[in-house]
Amino acid sequence: MIASATEPLHVRGAGTRTDQAPADGSVLRTTGLTGIEIYEPGALTLVAKAGTPLADVEAALTSENQRLAFEPMDHRALLGTSGEPTVGGMVAANVSGPRRIQVGACRDSLLGVKFVDGQGQALSNGGRVMKNVTGYDLVKLMAGSFGTLGVLSEVALKVLPQTETEATLCLHNLDHARAVAAMSSALGSPYEVTGAAHAHIAGHGTPQTLLRIEGTDASVRYRLEALRSRLADFGELTDIHGSASRKAWEGIRDASSMADRAGDIWRVSVKPSDAPTLIESLGADAQTQLDWGGGLIWALMPEGTDLRAQLGAFAGHATLIRGSQATRATVPMFHPHPESLARLSRGLKDKFDPRRILNPNLMELGG
Amino acid sequence: MEMPPPNPAVLAKKPELIKRLQGVMLDDGIISDPFETRAYECDALTAYKCPPLLAVLPSSTQEVSEVLRICHDLGVPVVPRGSGTSLAGGALPTEDSVILGVARLNDVLETDYDNRAIRVQSGRTNLSVTGAVEEEGFFYAPDPSSQLACAIAGNIAMNSGGAHCLKYGVTTNNLMGVTMVLMDGTITEIGGAHLDAPGYDLLGLICGSEGQLGVVTEATLKILPKPEGARPVLIGFDSNEVAGACVSDIIKAGVLPVAIEFMDRPCIRATEAFAHAGYPDCEALLIVEVEGSDAEIDEQLGTIMEIAGRHNPVELRESQSSEESAAIWLGRKSAFGAMGQINDYMCLDGTIPVNQLPYVLKRISEMSAEFGLDVANVFHAGDGNMHPLILFDANKPGDLETCEAFGAEILKLCVEVGGCLTGEHGVGIEKRDLMINQYRPEDLEIQMAVKDVFDPKWLLNPAKVFPLASSDARRIAAD
Repeated sequence: MIASATEPLHVRGAGTRTDQAPADGSVLRTTGLTGIEIYEPGALTLVAKAGTPLADVEAALTSENQRLAFEPMDHRALLGTSGEPTVGGMVAANVSGPRRIQVGACRDSLLGVKFVDGQGQALSNGGRVMKNVTGYDLVKLMAGSFGTLGVLSEVALKVLPQTETEATLCLHNLDHARAVAAMSSALGSPYEVTGAAHAHIAGHGTPQTLLRIEGTDASVRYRLEALRSRLADFGELTDIHGSASRKAWEGIRDASSMADRAGDIWRVSVKPSDAPTLIESLGADAQTQLDWGGGLIWALMPEGTDLRAQLGAFAGHATLIRGSQATRATVPMFHPHPESLARLSRGLKDKFDPRRILNPNLMELGG
Repeated sequence: MEMPPPNPAVLAKKPELIKRLQGVMLDDGIISDPFETRAYECDALTAYKCPPLLAVLPSSTQEVSEVLRICHDLGVPVVPRGSGTSLAGGALPTEDSVILGVARLNDVLETDYDNRAIRVQSGRTNLSVTGAVEEEGFFYAPDPSSQLACAIAGNIAMNSGGAHCLKYGVTTNNLMGVTMVLMDGTITEIGGAHLDAPGYDLLGLICGSEGQLGVVTEATLKILPKPEGARPVLIGFDSNEVAGACVSDIIKAGVLPVAIEFMDRPCIRATEAFAHAGYPDCEALLIVEVEGSDAEIDEQLGTIMEIAGRHNPVELRESQSSEESAAIWLGRKSAFGAMGQINDYMCLDGTIPVNQLPYVLKRISEMSAEFGLDVANVFHAGDGNMHPLILFDANKPGDLETCEAFGAEILKLCVEVGGCLTGEHGVGIEKRDLMINQYRPEDLEIQMAVKDVFDPKWLLNPAKVFPLASSDARRIAAD
């Protein structure tokens, strides 16, 4: 289909992030490519066709008490879409959740890819082993390239054991600066915090700063107490356990508190200690949530706001996740690159997709 | 190992090159005396040597940029070099190339504990990165065996790993940003103290590109809080198969040790004779290390010992103190030195799916008999990264060639069972010609197309990674 295409192709999985993609040309769906090819729990690896529903992969992993450690978010509620998220879509968007601060992003768990480039050529890179430096790492390049360099047909992922239990320490009503300080202290401790967020949680009038610990029951209890003493200066500390903790983190992962509210939604990657000042510059109309210890700002902004203009120059970048038509007409989805990097990105696009037919208008490359 | 013949036109430009370099940097950073350039004739793959045309040691990113711009103008190939500890020949020069060493770029630029990051110049050694932050209770996780000497620049070029990557990942998982100079002198900034860079993952692409896409002069690295403690357990088995099955069971049980190291009988005997670590004389030995508080360690080691117990171990030794831990690690850490005492050896680096361990070890021992050379195995079993050491006699004519042929067969076997040629050392020249066993021509072509984007004239470390026959057309066109 790609080789014989004469017009642009709109590459998609099941369309659960459809709001992000300016649609053009014929639709190429990967949902026909399904099935788990290899799953070896003892080797912590799983290989699946790109269109395999994420739910199928997660079910297989759960049956062996394992999981995708990077905790991919579910975009459906936030974007008002339906359909079954696919592993290919997850990889193409490098979808990663709260545990990213401890285990890395989707790209860090991605071991190998098979894909078809813009000329219709089937290619492969990486493999299914955990350590592999044979040749260039095109695996990472494909993660987060949103189908603009090639259409994924198969992905190999590293998986990790499920933990026995989890608990979350909650601090109450801290301002952003104090919240980031508390999260920074927790993440700088040896207690292996696997989630550090500052958010409005259902049922609470004020924001909560949440710190997650996972492991065996005894170990979780020990580290929770150790963390409690370390953070004693930050005011009242409460804790939630097991399913209550899991539910809170699902909400943070999916930015649920913004799902039913009108406005544009932005995801801003920043240096954690810069977060409080940056949030200030967004003004009183912004509703925000912090994840990754402050390194990820979710911002709900009035429609049509150019968040990048408000932030000015900063170390990091902002992505428009959900935007009204008016916003999309004036504000690009991805953060503009400096020209030295844009030149390299355009060069790569020209090699992988010389006719520029794969999602041609999705990632703004300039030139 | 074949290298392309030197280009006479480039050799003839030496005086002009020196003159132009003198215009951008101090004389003491330009090494042109044929006696002195010999210090750069090889890296840790010492079987291959060739003095470069020149070696230059810039002391700033700006100087690196000027040097590259000049070499680019004159069409002179450049071989970037960290500390020269590559086991794959990654820093091997050709007669017509300039060695660009980053050894003088070794400052810490910023330590940022709040954001858990450190910014260093790329010539800084791996261990001294941890040295800069350990007083505050932090460390830099990737720990290649050469960490005392190897430079961050080389770690990034080869995407180096180490014994502890089962838990902490390899260099690419701990790299947050770089300053990189392209071959035409353009200085680029990618990433930083925020967690992910925008657009295409250029950082991921650069890491492990073996100095073929650009010269990294600065890096932002993730630093982690040191665990409260760590303790190993030593488990001896009477067969490789059982040891392999035990590794798989430990992983399946949901314990994630920070390291699982494996040694076979030839290796155990050699290290025992050398280091007297008190290892049992058995077929296979595992060292499994876990981290946490004392109670957490006890709990995890308890689970591991219980699993090991089901596999009829001939020895089960749990460390109770730092002295006992040191004794358990002593033999493993001396393994390479011990093998070097008894023989010349070649260290391989293939990775295999963990469940193929017993089969691959059996095949290696059969091949050892066919080739008439002994092999000792010591490796990171948790992630399937093998390091078979093939013993040979460098003074015996033909032995090196037999050893290389044997090594190639082992690496092909790794690929055949679903693994790869190299897990952490890189391709360099050593595995360059084996790449066709892992990748089809079109898969190599798209990788070479990436180099075309970053270095259209193919001047940066040009004769590495890709089989010469595959890259010939590009290197010749660029001349």
